[in-house]
Amino acid sequence: MKKFNTAILFSTVLFLLININFVIADIPALLLQEDHCVSCHSELEILPEDFQDYDSHLQIGLSCSGCHGGDPTSEDPEKAMSPKAGFIGVPSTKAIPKLCGKCHSNIDFMRTYQPRIPTDQVQQYFTSVHGKQLLKGDEKVAECASCHTAHAIASAKDARSSVYALNVPNTCKKCHSDADYMKGYHIPTDQYEKFARSVHGKDLLEKSDTGAPACNDCHGNHGAAPPGVESVAHVCGNCHVNNMNYFEASSMAEPFANLDIHACEQCHGHHDVEKTTDDMVGVGENSVCTQCHSTGDAGYQAAKEMHQSISEFVNDYNQAEAQLKDVQQKGMDDVDILYLLQEAHQTLIHTRTLVHTFSPDKISEKTSEGVKKTSEAMDLAKKEIRDYHVRRRGFGIATLFITVLVVALFFKIRGMERNQKKQS
Amino acid sequence: MEEQKTSRRKFLNFIIGGGLLGWVASVVYPIFSYLIPPKVPEAVVNSIKAGSVADFPSNSGKIVKFGRKPVLLIRTDTGEFLAFTATCTHLDCIVQYRQDIKQIWCACHNGIYDLNGRNVSGPPPKPLDEYKVNIVNDEIVIINELG
Amino acid sequence: MKTMVKNLYGWLDERFDLSPLIDFMSKKNVPVHRHMIWYYMGGVTLFLFIVQVMSGILLLFYYKPGADSAYESMRFILTKVNFGWLIRSIHSWSANLMVFFAFVHMFSTYFTKAYQKPREMTWVTGFLLLALALGFGFSGYLLPWNELAFFATKVGTDIVGALPLIGKPIMAVLRGGEDVTGATLTRFYAFHVAMLPAVFTVLLGLHLVFIQRQGMSEPEELARLPEDQKKWMPFFPNFVLRDAFLWLVVLNVLLFLAVFYPWDLGFKADAFAPAPAGIRPEWYFMFMFQTLKFLPGHILFVEGELVGILFFGIAGIAWMFVPFWDIRAKSTSKFNPMVIIGLISLIFIIVMTIVGYLM
Repeated sequence: MKKFNTAILFSTVLFLLININFVIADIPALLLQEDHCVSCHSELEILPEDFQDYDSHLQIGLSCSGCHGGDPTSEDPEKAMSPKAGFIGVPSTKAIPKLCGKCHSNIDFMRTYQPRIPTDQVQQYFTSVHGKQLLKGDEKVAECASCHTAHAIASAKDARSSVYALNVPNTCKKCHSDADYMKGYHIPTDQYEKFARSVHGKDLLEKSDTGAPACNDCHGNHGAAPPGVESVAHVCGNCHVNNMNYFEASSMAEPFANLDIHACEQCHGHHDVEKTTDDMVGVGENSVCTQCHSTGDAGYQAAKEMHQSISEFVNDYNQAEAQLKDVQQKGMDDVDILYLLQEAHQTLIHTRTLVHTFSPDKISEKTSEGVKKTSEAMDLAKKEIRDYHVRRRGFGIATLFITVLVVALFFKIRGMERNQKKQS
Repeated sequence: MEEQKTSRRKFLNFIIGGGLLGWVASVVYPIFSYLIPPKVPEAVVNSIKAGSVADFPSNSGKIVKFGRKPVLLIRTDTGEFLAFTATCTHLDCIVQYRQDIKQIWCACHNGIYDLNGRNVSGPPPKPLDEYKVNIVNDEIVIINELG
Repeated sequence: MKTMVKNLYGWLDERFDLSPLIDFMSKKNVPVHRHMIWYYMGGVTLFLFIVQVMSGILLLFYYKPGADSAYESMRFILTKVNFGWLIRSIHSWSANLMVFFAFVHMFSTYFTKAYQKPREMTWVTGFLLLALALGFGFSGYLLPWNELAFFATKVGTDIVGALPLIGKPIMAVLRGGEDVTGATLTRFYAFHVAMLPAVFTVLLGLHLVFIQRQGMSEPEELARLPEDQKKWMPFFPNFVLRDAFLWLVVLNVLLFLAVFYPWDLGFKADAFAPAPAGIRPEWYFMFMFQTLKFLPGHILFVEGELVGILFFGIAGIAWMFVPFWDIRAKSTSKFNPMVIIGLISLIFIIVMTIVGYLM
């Protein structure tokens, strides 16, 4: 009897020890414990490659069976993964949008989780190049899981997500930069390379400025397509509002549209938008105007004049900046000069934006405004430098008086002491 | 000989007197000049005057210099005065008040801030710092409450 | 001109009986010998003190004490006030020169044994004046409320806090609290413009009265000579004119420094920023600072820093009482213990100051 009791005691303790983690695990793990899909697959270490426990579906309780079907309550793999229980295995590429759409296109269902979530993704997807190709039977194109991943889905606001702004270029690049994969599509595969070199790319990827555009900001999310001729200006104009407005109101808008030239792209490129330089306007070597305009036509003349005004202003601005540095180096007061230069800099930015009006008059109006400010700044700087020299001259004068006094005193003392000696 | 000496002594005394006078002047002049109050009579520390209320129309904004920083002073269409730093939190352009959308706008990349200074649209990552505005005897005074 | 002065003198003499005083002053003589140059050092220090008072009072017209306004008002003085830059740089340079000349004056009176009877109290008041000058320097340094000043004050007052028992309370009184804050600035301002000037003026008055009453000390070699071989110079007008001569030269040097080596404004103090590299005290504290840095963490069972502080404290007190423990050496022996002690102290100070800047 004693031996039997000991045996029961021993096995109970052993059982509890083995299952102690059942008692102290956290809630999601507890829930997962009931889900035998995850528990078996993790025990056997055959979880999908991209499995992450921060996956949004997993976090809200929609586990494997939610998409793959089957019976998560059964420990028996045959029963759990039987087609009778709805198991569909790994869905085919072609079937994925519809599979995701089962929930994500159903607003009645989705609003119980997120009242404001859009439900037009699948619809948009089939208008995109990816969607259209998929319908044609192309299994190489991107579908939902290609960008969002299958088992590590997270909100686009979550920094871990494959569709978080800073991660988007990497996600697209997986296919679009793979020359072998993209063989047969006859589109370039250097977009990422060019983008990474561009102003936008550097801001996004190196400075982590989420204000800079990623691929989807211009191409769209689910309805991804390269922006057409009319839409280019609008796409860029989403951020570069004034540039767009000036351009659309300018004399170049119509001819560009008629010639089927993509507005902004023609001069600035798209993926490889570089930092603009003043040389782009004008008739010099690096000018974009001379791509179409040549000596003698009105455009050439306008370009020349615009470049002239801007160069003069920039020159004055640089001069003022040099004076400022001199003032600072001499330790004189630079506050007011700095403020003026800030204002002048703002005017310079506005001038460069006004280039898109292609009107030399508007440019020179703005540059005159700017030159007034830089002149004021230079006058202030000159005054400070003059003061610097006045101080030194003042010192010279004071020294002169002191020296005169000192020399006179010297003689006075000498004379006086000579007299005293004589008298004694 | 004696005459020479006395004249020399007189000359020396004259030089000393003159030199002394000059020296005293070169000491007294800066001191007096120092005591005359400069145009702006005191260190601009925490507040500036920004003009009279009567001169400021409703639903308008203007940039005012606060030390070395630009500040955007706004009068809303209800007559209330607001003031924010005018340096955009994205890439440091100077923002402006838009009378049409009644919000603060940055022309560089279309960033928009509401009248609480909060960044509500576009690239700006942070709100604009707010300044307190007091009206004293019809004069607008902008105060920096930040330490 | 001469009659005007005579009439004025007569008017005053009638009322205040100035004649005995004038008589006494006209008889004042200064010994003439080859080491006379040291007699002028006290006067130069006094001149620089007068410059400090004048420039300090002028600065008071525009300076605003307070963590929110001190730095800004300094900037205002330097950029907007006419000659503000000049007054400020004069004040900063003169402070340093004054401390320098005070040390020179102190060591010269030491080595010429001017502290001996009957001049013991002149020496004691002089020592206290030197300590007060250092206090002026320490308190004034914080007033611009810039980064370097803030952290130097923090380090300096931290050292005071290392004394056992009394250290922390003294530090709290100095700082106006646990940490260096705006309260410290207010306190240092009170020390600098009110408390220290009051005490200094009293001690200075005593110091000068003693000198006027007792006259300049004669160096030993002169004292040993027979009366008819001693050379003298009347204080008025000879010595005074020579003083004026030297003071003018010093003024010119001061102006040169102020114009060509203007004092920095630096960056506004930020209590939350990490200490900038290279904080160090002003040069007149450097030798003590460097010594403390050299001391090991512990000496026997006492903290190294504490040993250093106690050492300087005791050394200071000993120095103040030099006239009372003065070791008179036999005139025949070559080794004069006071001279040796003095030389060791002087060389220690100079070497430690230089090392402090090299490291």
